[in-house]
Amino acid sequence: MPVIEVKGLSKVFGKNVKQSLKLLDDGKKKDEILKQTGDTVGVNRASFEVEQGEVFVIMGLSGSGKSTLIRLINRLIEPTEGSVTIDGEDLAKMNQDDLREVRRKKLSMVFQNFGLFPFRTILQNAEYGLEVQGIEKSERAEKAKEALDLVGLGDYINQYPSQLSGGMQQRVGLARALANDPEVLLMDEAFSALDPLIRKDMQDELLDLQQKMKKTIIFITHDLDEALRIGDRIALMKDGSIVQIGTAEDILMKPANDYVERFVEDVDRSKVLTAENIMVRPETVNIDKHGPRVALERMREEGLSSIYVVDADRNLKGYITADDASDARKKEIRDLKEIIKTDVPTVGRDKPMQELFEMIHDSPVPIAVVDNEKLVGIIIRGTVLAALAGESEVHVNV
Amino acid sequence: MFDFIPEIPLASWVDWIVDWITSTFSFIFNPIRNQFGDFMSWSASQLASVPPIIIIIIVAVAAFFLTNRKFGLATFSIVGLLVIYNQGLWEELMFTFTLVLIASVLSVIVGVPIGILMSKSKLAETILLPVLDFMQTMPAFVYLIPAVAFFSIGMVPGVFASLIFATPPTVRFTNLGIRQVPKELVEASEAFGSTGTQRLFKLELPMAKGTIMAGINQTVMLSLSMVVIASMIGAPGLGRPVLSALQRAQAGPGFVAGISIVILAIIMDRFTQNLNKSK
Repeated sequence: MPVIEVKGLSKVFGKNVKQSLKLLDDGKKKDEILKQTGDTVGVNRASFEVEQGEVFVIMGLSGSGKSTLIRLINRLIEPTEGSVTIDGEDLAKMNQDDLREVRRKKLSMVFQNFGLFPFRTILQNAEYGLEVQGIEKSERAEKAKEALDLVGLGDYINQYPSQLSGGMQQRVGLARALANDPEVLLMDEAFSALDPLIRKDMQDELLDLQQKMKKTIIFITHDLDEALRIGDRIALMKDGSIVQIGTAEDILMKPANDYVERFVEDVDRSKVLTAENIMVRPETVNIDKHGPRVALERMREEGLSSIYVVDADRNLKGYITADDASDARKKEIRDLKEIIKTDVPTVGRDKPMQELFEMIHDSPVPIAVVDNEKLVGIIIRGTVLAALAGESEVHVNV
Repeated sequence: MFDFIPEIPLASWVDWIVDWITSTFSFIFNPIRNQFGDFMSWSASQLASVPPIIIIIIVAVAAFFLTNRKFGLATFSIVGLLVIYNQGLWEELMFTFTLVLIASVLSVIVGVPIGILMSKSKLAETILLPVLDFMQTMPAFVYLIPAVAFFSIGMVPGVFASLIFATPPTVRFTNLGIRQVPKELVEASEAFGSTGTQRLFKLELPMAKGTIMAGINQTVMLSLSMVVIASMIGAPGLGRPVLSALQRAQAGPGFVAGISIVILAIIMDRFTQNLNKSK
């Protein structure tokens, strides 16, 4: 069962809300509605579900409505239409008291510019969520300290935010959000204000923390690399609408439309794709059935200079080169075992593509992708280049 | 040119309103005049009965610590207060100080809540801004007239006039300070489930403190100027020698009393400013 369910969530800023919603129904675009009614469409009928323990990334460029969307979820902005269901309760319809309870207990938010109170110490900042709940001082200090320890700031509790670096300040923001042990973390461009190296550290740290805590996280970002790095699933937004929801691979390999395709054009695919994504079906010969003649024939047909050798269960045995096969035929050698080479470069299915470059450069033969000793695919230079260039279907001849 | 329009009897309307207020609310004004007036003269005379040397020492020590252990303000306070004492204006000084203190405290008590209201309500802001403009631009003397009608002469109408004249900066700066709290911090406080009161006391007022203190500093300065003017309606203090010097065209005594006011103003200004910085 999903932790959060968002259905048809919309926000129209302006005075002619009803009319604008009708125009949205008619499929009118954001700029057309602005022209006709003077209203700005912030979010247009967003629907998605987030599962327990999932990192759900909402990603889009500025003006795409992602910041509005995350604020609709905890109702910092009042939704115009639609529902946000958490634990079976619709946030969009509940009264202020209930809403406050949900914000206190179930939803915490981390802000782009940290949102720390400058006149409070680190500990007092981390305590804030507990303090407004009226939790007793010693108890909330204890919980806040635990949260600060978790993000590695246990020694800084009496400092003030201005004494800390940006990365540390955002850890405080994270600790404050974790201190009241929420079900859902809303992270609004949480790492965007940090410089790139720190940002990467924070992403790693978030993933580490997530391993331990298994929170449900909704993460907003404009940085596609960040989305691909930390998101279990990604929702891509444009002009207030969600264009595609899917895993990193879905988005890269099967873009829903031209917009997504253009969007992911410049992505460094080597960080996202794995061996499995780019391998192609291998041509093989069977070590028990075939001899050098068949091997040579197959290589000629496919234009290969080497071919992999497997047994009847597709267990990888090695490879033979065209030269060796040709020699063997001249010398009338029948058994492939005599000419097989076993110095095969092998990788697992989920080897990141980034780590394949050097291997493939050094290797005279394609890289074998194996799963429990079984040959499942091969990677050749051409497929790597094609994947980097963003071809969704890999057609290559070796 | 517009002679066909008869003169509108604006002045007599105002007269009528003031008379009406005076007679209708005399049951409020009279006790205030009596009780409050007694309280003020009592506190001023108490203060005046303290040996000057003790007050000078207290002020100097406070100035020393308030300015982070620097001698500048402390030295100035000692010299300045000794000059006033030497000129025989000590008692007047104590009366003026008491009046300014009470008027300022009242202004803050009234002004900060109004400022908060303004910051929370667009409607209140729209209504109050022109009212504040009116209060500040109307010549200060004009307030003395109804003040006398309501409270007769003496300290109380002085404080009343000062309240009207000196409250606006506190209101304005409170409003401004709260509205200037960064949006993200307001969102943070909301997102963690603060009530309106929690947001006000745990975020907005602490954040706005510097700005509010700047407003209070202005209020104190305006109170001082008003309290001096209030000597025209019989309020005791440093304004009196100024007024009598003016009436007799005596430049010397006028200057002496004037410089005493300046000394008091500088000390109070630096005190309120440093009160703000020290935190």
